[in-house]
Amino acid sequence: MPVRPRDALLDPLVDNNPIALQVLGICSALAVTTQLMPALVMALALTVVTGLSSVSVSLIRKWVPPDIRIIVQLVIIASLVIITDQVLQAFLFQVSKQLSVFVGLIITNCIVMGRAEAFAMQNPPGLSFLDGIGNGLGYSLVLLVVAFARELLGAGKLFGYTVLTPVAEGGWYQPNGLMVLAPGAFFVIGLLIWLLRTIRPEQAEED
Amino acid sequence: MVEHLLGLLLEAIFVENMALAFFLGMCSFLAVSRQVDTAVGLGLAVIFVLVVTVPLNNIVYTQLLAPGALAWAHPSLVEVDLGFLGYLTYIGSIAATVQVVEMVLDRYAPALYGALGVFLPLIAVNCAILGASLFMVERSYTLGESAVYALGSGIGWLMAIAGLAAIREKLRYSDIPKGLRGLGITFIITGLMAIAFMAFAGIEL
Repeated sequence: MPVRPRDALLDPLVDNNPIALQVLGICSALAVTTQLMPALVMALALTVVTGLSSVSVSLIRKWVPPDIRIIVQLVIIASLVIITDQVLQAFLFQVSKQLSVFVGLIITNCIVMGRAEAFAMQNPPGLSFLDGIGNGLGYSLVLLVVAFARELLGAGKLFGYTVLTPVAEGGWYQPNGLMVLAPGAFFVIGLLIWLLRTIRPEQAEED
Repeated sequence: MVEHLLGLLLEAIFVENMALAFFLGMCSFLAVSRQVDTAVGLGLAVIFVLVVTVPLNNIVYTQLLAPGALAWAHPSLVEVDLGFLGYLTYIGSIAATVQVVEMVLDRYAPALYGALGVFLPLIAVNCAILGASLFMVERSYTLGESAVYALGSGIGWLMAIAGLAAIREKLRYSDIPKGLRGLGITFIITGLMAIAFMAFAGIEL
């Protein structure tokens, strides 16, 4: 079935979101979302890597022997991640320190691998690029929503600017420390998925 | 020395639990935690691969990639810093190790291979494995420390996934709101487990 370019780009945003529906790429989604800034950088980095890796994989798809395709994909992705990491270290050093190992972990992010394997191996480069960017944006959307909730509730800030003045600084807002810690991330994503599946009941699964 | 390593081991298992504190290996953590026995199988495979690859990557890093590491080959190479090749090298050695482990198990331990078979290829892209190697480099562990760290984080991951699978088996008999079934409730439970593990924070030996 041919995929329309528009669907390739927009479908992964809500209807077929990689995190909420396909359970891909969760690791980093949870770890970098305590503040909006690193989440935004991480989201951009992943979108760029997914888009470019889909194009590259798609360009050479007819010449790669099926037996070694995984290794080939890994090498392409790892090279792209190295470039991204070097760019981040050069221009956004502080954020790159905050993200620590998680930029490197884009290599094993299942979204990148999953799109290369499931889409780019069968489709032409242009369409694969849109699909990669679309999935990257779907990931970015979830990341930013989670980071928004965690930074706002956990520290009363957005992008580092105080929005809700905490009690400690003479304001009224009592920051919810749990949001900054690991469990907060799990709860926020769990509730987000609940919300998404209540709005769109067809996405709910029987367990 | 022994106390230091023991402390590192316990810290890696409980305080810095791979899955619950650093969110590593989440994809397979959520996907393969429906039944206890498969979860334990995957956990064992993860421990095994971690214990092989992290020390291996430690040797690769200290002997080949670290700044000045190539000085043993030729004195003029003392300024070479190949650190940026790290990602490519680690993922390559992990993929190769997994492949070798798979072939060795297939040949010499068919029973174990049958039990782990499906999970072994999955492990190459499990972020807990690559994550452990990256943490090892970031914290500049020695060879011994990295082996202990790998063992500890593997055991911690096994405990987390086995625990989650046990809870999810019981969940089948509970009445969960429709939209929350499956993935949603799994996240909430993992969050509660993470709170439980936070009780270990700050413990030092």
